[in-house]
Formats: sequence, C-alpha cells, structure tokens
Amino acid sequence: MMDLKETPAPAGEKDVFKSFELALAVKSNDPVNGEYHRLVLEAPEYLLARCQAGQFFHLLCPTANGETPYLRRPMSIYGFYPQKGELHFLYKLAGAGTRALASLTQGDRLNVLGPLGVPFTIEDGWQNLVLVARGVGLATLAPLALEARRLGRKMTAICSARHPDYLMSVDYFRELGADVITLTDAEGTSGVDNLERVIEELIAGGRADAFYTCGSNRILKLLQTIGARHGLPGQIALEQQMACGIGMCHCCVRTFQRGDKLLQLRVCREGPVFDMMEAVAW
Amino acid sequence: MVDLSVAIGDLRLKNPIMPASGTFSEELAEVFDLERLGAHVTKTITRDWRDGNTLPRVCEVNGSMLNSIGIPSKGVGSFLEKVVPFYQRYATPLVVSISGNTEEEFATLCREVSVDGVDAIEVNISCPNIEEDGKAFAIRPSSTHKVMRALRAATDLPLWAKLTPNTGETSEVASAAEEGGADALVVANTILSMAIDIQTRKPKLGNLMGGLSGPSLKPIALRMAYQCARATKIPVIGCGGIATAEDVIEYLIAGASAVQVGTATFIHPTAMVTIIDELEAYLQAQGLSSVRDLIGTIVDDGQDEAVVFMEAAP
Repeated sequence: MMDLKETPAPAGEKDVFKSFELALAVKSNDPVNGEYHRLVLEAPEYLLARCQAGQFFHLLCPTANGETPYLRRPMSIYGFYPQKGELHFLYKLAGAGTRALASLTQGDRLNVLGPLGVPFTIEDGWQNLVLVARGVGLATLAPLALEARRLGRKMTAICSARHPDYLMSVDYFRELGADVITLTDAEGTSGVDNLERVIEELIAGGRADAFYTCGSNRILKLLQTIGARHGLPGQIALEQQMACGIGMCHCCVRTFQRGDKLLQLRVCREGPVFDMMEAVAW
Repeated sequence: MVDLSVAIGDLRLKNPIMPASGTFSEELAEVFDLERLGAHVTKTITRDWRDGNTLPRVCEVNGSMLNSIGIPSKGVGSFLEKVVPFYQRYATPLVVSISGNTEEEFATLCREVSVDGVDAIEVNISCPNIEEDGKAFAIRPSSTHKVMRALRAATDLPLWAKLTPNTGETSEVASAAEEGGADALVVANTILSMAIDIQTRKPKLGNLMGGLSGPSLKPIALRMAYQCARATKIPVIGCGGIATAEDVIEYLIAGASAVQVGTATFIHPTAMVTIIDELEAYLQAQGLSSVRDLIGTIVDDGQDEAVVFMEAAP
C-alpha cells in the first residue's frame, strides 16, 4: 500500500486544500549539462494553478541503486506551466536523494507533495528587479523571472557559476527580456568585489528597486550591505534540511533578525522566501 | 457498514486512528480534512518559551529517522489563545500533550490546559525529571507513580500517560502509571539512539543523541504495548512505527484499543486517512462488524513466562 499509485484528489477537495500529495507521471528527465538534470512531470491543472514562484515541492525519492532515501527531499519549482500541464524541477546530483531522482525515466511516477511555502512577492513600486544567484540557485529564480515579465517589470539577472559551461538558465532569462550579466570563476569575474561593482552600477543607473536571491551566503551578505547602504529591499529563498515540509516538525528552522529580536523561523512554513534584510548569514 | 469506533475510557473515538504528538499541527488541515481522524493530538508544550535544540534536529537512518527537536514551545498562553480555538471548529476530540521538568511545573501546566475544548491530556512523562537525576519520569515505576499522582490531583480530564521505551521495567512503569491515576497509556515515545557521519566523524544530530522513530521502532513499541495491555486494566494506545493498516491491526491484536501514527505522516501526509480507509476495507473483507473485535485477540496461550523472559533479557 501507499506506493507510487495514482492518487487523484477527490471531487471538492481541489477547492479546499492548498497542497496535495500526488503521484505524477514523468514526461522527461534529462541531463542539462554535466552537473544538472531537468525533471518534467505531468501535472493536473488545479495543482499548477496553485503554484507560485519561490514555492517548493517535497519529493518522495524512489529506491535506486540499492539506496532508499527515507525522508522526502524539498526542491524549489523551476517552472510550472498550466497550459502544457507541466511541472519542472532542476537539480544537481548531490546525494542519495538526487541520485535516486536521476534514475526516473519517462512513464515512471514520482510522489510529490506541494506546492508548499511562502512565494516571492513583487511589490507595485518595484519596477526594476535585480536577480542574483549562483549555480543551481538560478532555478529557484526562473519562475520569478516569468512572473516579472507577466507584470511587465524590467529585470537584470546576474548569473554566477564556476565556469561558463555551468551557467544555468541564461538563455531562459534572456528570452524573458532580462538583461543578463554573467560572472564566472574561470573568467575571474565572480568575486564579491566585482559583483558589488556591477550592482552599484545598476543602482547608479536607476535599474535596481529590489533584489532577489537564493542560496549563497556570500551573495546574501553583499546584498544586505548594499541594501542597507541604499535603503533597497530584497527577498531571499533559503534552503534547509527538512523532514515534514509542512511545519509540523520544526527541524528546518533558521535564525532571523527582526528589530532587536532574534527569531527562529521554519524555512518550510514561514519561508522559504524571506525578507533579505532579516536573514542572518550562516 | 463496519463500526470503527473505540472507547478510551469515557472518551468515544469515531475510529482508532490519531496522530502522534509532534507529527501533527494545524498546517495539516491544508492537505486533508482533519475531521476524518479519531482524535487530534497536539505537539507537546511546556509552560514557558523554549527555543528547541541545536541543528541538525533530524537525520535519516535506514528506513527510519532520528530526531532531537527539543520541544520548541511558545508557552501555555499562546497555546490557549491560538491552538485550542483552532481545533474547536472540529467535532473530533482534542488531546493536548504537555511536559514539565518538575512535578510542580507539570501539574501547574496540567491545571492550566484543563479548559473547555480540551477532551484529554496526554502527559509526556518521557521527558527528563530535573529534580532527580535528569532521567525521564517514566524510566522508573517510583517517579512515574509520583508524577502521575500530582497530575491526577491537578485535573478532572482524562489523563493519558505517554511512556518511554528507554526503560527496562515496562510492565512495572505501566502499573505505576495506572495506580497513579492514568486513564490510558500511550505506548510508546521514541527510543534513544545515535548516528555518526563517518566522513566528518561528527554525530548526525546537533544534540548528539535523539529518538528513533519510523518502521524500525515498531517491533519494540509493539512488544511494549502488549506488555502494558497485559499488566494493566486501562486502555493502551499503541504508537511506534505505524505506517499501514496492517501495522494498526497488529497493535490492536496485541491489545491496543487505538493507535497513534507519527513519522509516517512525514513521508505521506495523508497516511492516516489511507490507513482509516484500508482498516475499514480489511474489516469488511474479514466479515468483522466492529474494529473492537480485534482488540486483544492475540493467540498467545497465556505464555506468562515469555513476558518474564523478555523482562529479564539484557
């Protein structure tokens, strides 16, 4: 029982619940380059209609290569397309969970739980958005870029990676009308000093009303410094090891500074998207 | 139609499936209809604010998990103001789980949560008793009896004592809880465990050790539920490693009157609903009219000595 069977939501439930546990069929699961894979799942319209940029799904990884990951693995949404009926994830092979995900082939079913968590918001006054991320972190910002285009906002995407070959989603951001700035370790352009210079130029040119980032401690610290210097807001999507993903277990807390108080907040529930200025660097 | 209802003392449950404390919260209402459950059991609270333990608070082991969350709590005020009213929208009985580090603190909290809308109090006596040597109340019969007496004097609501597997005196502790005034026993909490990362040689939990839960706990908790059902006359609520209707049936046969589902909800948030449906289907297929027909039906031919042997085993 409770294996990867079809679990359609009963009539009526679709309107009441925010998150669903569903076994979705795999449409494709292909390497994007040496390190990353893109997983495309077939998803019902009511599920996709609930997804928002910055939210995540909690994936029940299959048994593969003699490994059975016990807990679910949280993964941010890379794309959701109600018209195509597709839910996309971009992942990097890292441990037992992602190795098991990589074993999925077309027609297999993957049990997903979601959508979960607090999404990014784009406030009315934020006309010029600056997206800053490194490596697979860009996956989390991809649906935000789509939403920004829908709202007609101007966007600059600063994409950082070890090597130009590993720059993710650059073409995708360009297609959405973003100005793309690429920084790589190989070219010696990804250092904090250079990133700061690039962002200061954007601010000087009136092209930065708000920042969006995820993942990197180094980038967070820099954006907090710049944000404080110019009084600019921002949001960050954070990661943390999770068990339940819903808010029951309190294992995924991180520390945040609100006023003069330090708070422990659950990344799965009060996040994963937080006020960039409140996040405490780790 | 089969009858899934069971009685825990005077409290009638529409079915024997309820969540284990710490693996359930209001947020789950966003995934399924909480009215389906036999009871609602809240995460353990303490009287005062607690931050919880150092991270990592959870790690997985083969087919199960370890946790040392550390009972982060917003305190009793916030609980009475926000959590109790949330559950009052449901007809399902509300069971409140509490903990304290001293008898007095425990009893005070027990009195404070004895309010309208609360149907029973689960007392987590698996927590450390700092007045003695830091060992959990439920490790020894004497400390179990003493704390249960104090709790009994503090409330008229049904008291469910949650026992720990970290004891060598299961039957004696169960009897002590019964004599101290428990109306039911929840058997059991997690068992103390640890895991080490062989690359870093560091413990996998920030708190060094933590409680094992999930399928690998089941045979241990099932044995305890059986022992407790034999040792006492009060209802036993089985808890430990339940993930399927078959697991529930096993606990009922061992003598449990109801069960709690914990870690399985982390893997499948809708696990409890699936289990209720499958339990009903099983009873129908077996031609049983009531789930109560399963309780305590183990065919053990009264082998008392086996129990004695287990208690004596190292």
